[in-house]
Amino acid sequence: MYLTKEEEGMLAGEQGDVIERLFRLLVRLGDIYGADRMIPIGSAQVAGVSYKSLGMPGLEFLEDYARQGARVRVLTFLNPAGMDLENWKELGFPDEFAKMQTRVMDAFRKMRIIITSTCTPYLAGNLPRYREHIAWSESSAVSFSNSVIGARTNREGGPSALAAAVCGVTPNYGLHLDEKRTPDLVVRLGKDVKLEFNSDFGALGYYVGRQVKNKIPYFTDMKSANTDRLKALGAAMAASGAVALYHIEGQTPEAQLMDTTGLEEIDVSQKDIDETYAELSTTREPDIIIFGCPHASLREIAALADKVEGKKLKKPVWICTSRMMKEAATRMGFTRTIEDAGGYIVADTCMVVSPIEDMGYKTTGVNSGKAANYLPGFCKQEVVFTNIDKLLEASLE
Amino acid sequence: MKGRSICPGSAEGTAIVSREPIGFYGGIDAKTGIVIEKGHELEGESVKDKILVFPCGKGSTVGSYVIYGLKINGVAPSAVVNKETETIVATGVILAGIPCVDGINIDEIKSGDNLVVDADNGVVNKK
Repeated sequence: MYLTKEEEGMLAGEQGDVIERLFRLLVRLGDIYGADRMIPIGSAQVAGVSYKSLGMPGLEFLEDYARQGARVRVLTFLNPAGMDLENWKELGFPDEFAKMQTRVMDAFRKMRIIITSTCTPYLAGNLPRYREHIAWSESSAVSFSNSVIGARTNREGGPSALAAAVCGVTPNYGLHLDEKRTPDLVVRLGKDVKLEFNSDFGALGYYVGRQVKNKIPYFTDMKSANTDRLKALGAAMAASGAVALYHIEGQTPEAQLMDTTGLEEIDVSQKDIDETYAELSTTREPDIIIFGCPHASLREIAALADKVEGKKLKKPVWICTSRMMKEAATRMGFTRTIEDAGGYIVADTCMVVSPIEDMGYKTTGVNSGKAANYLPGFCKQEVVFTNIDKLLEASLE
Repeated sequence: MKGRSICPGSAEGTAIVSREPIGFYGGIDAKTGIVIEKGHELEGESVKDKILVFPCGKGSTVGSYVIYGLKINGVAPSAVVNKETETIVATGVILAGIPCVDGINIDEIKSGDNLVVDADNGVVNKK
């Protein structure tokens, strides 16, 4: 791989041990994937934040590198933590877990990473531009920034995103290159496909992700979808497959640049979507309902507040979001409305990375294809996957 | 045997060979360096100060941090030799500073062999 004079110096330890190690990591990953050079990045987003997934080895690594002076050079956000960083006690997160999670956050803060903890950085103050190179790790955010915004990132692991943030560059391969962004197949939506609820996009995404695995799909015949819906679609495709980029005819920025002649076609019918709902629902009665996977937008929080206003919820209902969205929701009175009904706006974390299995919950109701995909394995949960109205119907008196 | 340098450094020691991939997260205890994966061919054995030889990594990306944890806890292998180092292991050995070479025909190595690893030049030899 070609390295500039400065980069050769970094590799030779001229900028200290920490830079040498982290830069060496980027160079080796670049070698493995056939990168020709490094490219500067505009921002980073680092996964591996919840203590539940990091454990002691991860925590010790982060504390060690923070102590040795690792500092990020670009705007860097974090993936969700394992708990609400402010209201963890009230929500029943275990003390010992909270202590370890706080140490994780302190280490990141020391590295000058913005303590944000969201899987939707693009809603919370880290918005890349079209064709900007970035190094992000959260799979749904990678999908959103590549597909909906047209920024360019591979799906980074936690350490490689951190290394890119500290060094300010990432190896030039994969989705950073024009020729790696072209569609592999066309996904045609049948005339009978009703995409009414955000969860319908999650079901569609789950179904398509399973079919296309890590390929790049090009959707046709999809009616106009807002960013909440594309967020649900991309998240589910990244979870059930490993889709890091998709195009939608007439809706995403690079779709018009793509030639789909002669590509394999997949047809999706309403039956496929109905069957996906059925397959992902392992039971019927949830003991907690959690919205906000990926983190809820203000539009989604407002919609929930409208639906529960003046009513009483029989079961715990959480909506997970970023701290920034919660601030605005509180200012608008949405937080109050949801809490008065017996629900809660949970910030900084989400059901997948929090230890809900240790908090007495066995069955979770979700409107997210991604959450339905991960909850059984990561949190030992039974799942009810359906739309927001059906979930609330069962829990409103 | 000539391969590729993944992380520079050098080491000399006894080989411990796994013919199957190793998943470090849930596979090796970062505190003791003992292989804990049920049914793994190295289950119960320690990797501490050995030259750990295996085809490639597998499993969770958190495995990189386990490799780092082994080093911090003083129970890491003195070097790693792979057929093909994928990103989990590459990330782990580089962050930890464990000499590592890949592109080696590991079928020619068996547990107990004395190996000299020159990871600066990507060379592994039997002594």
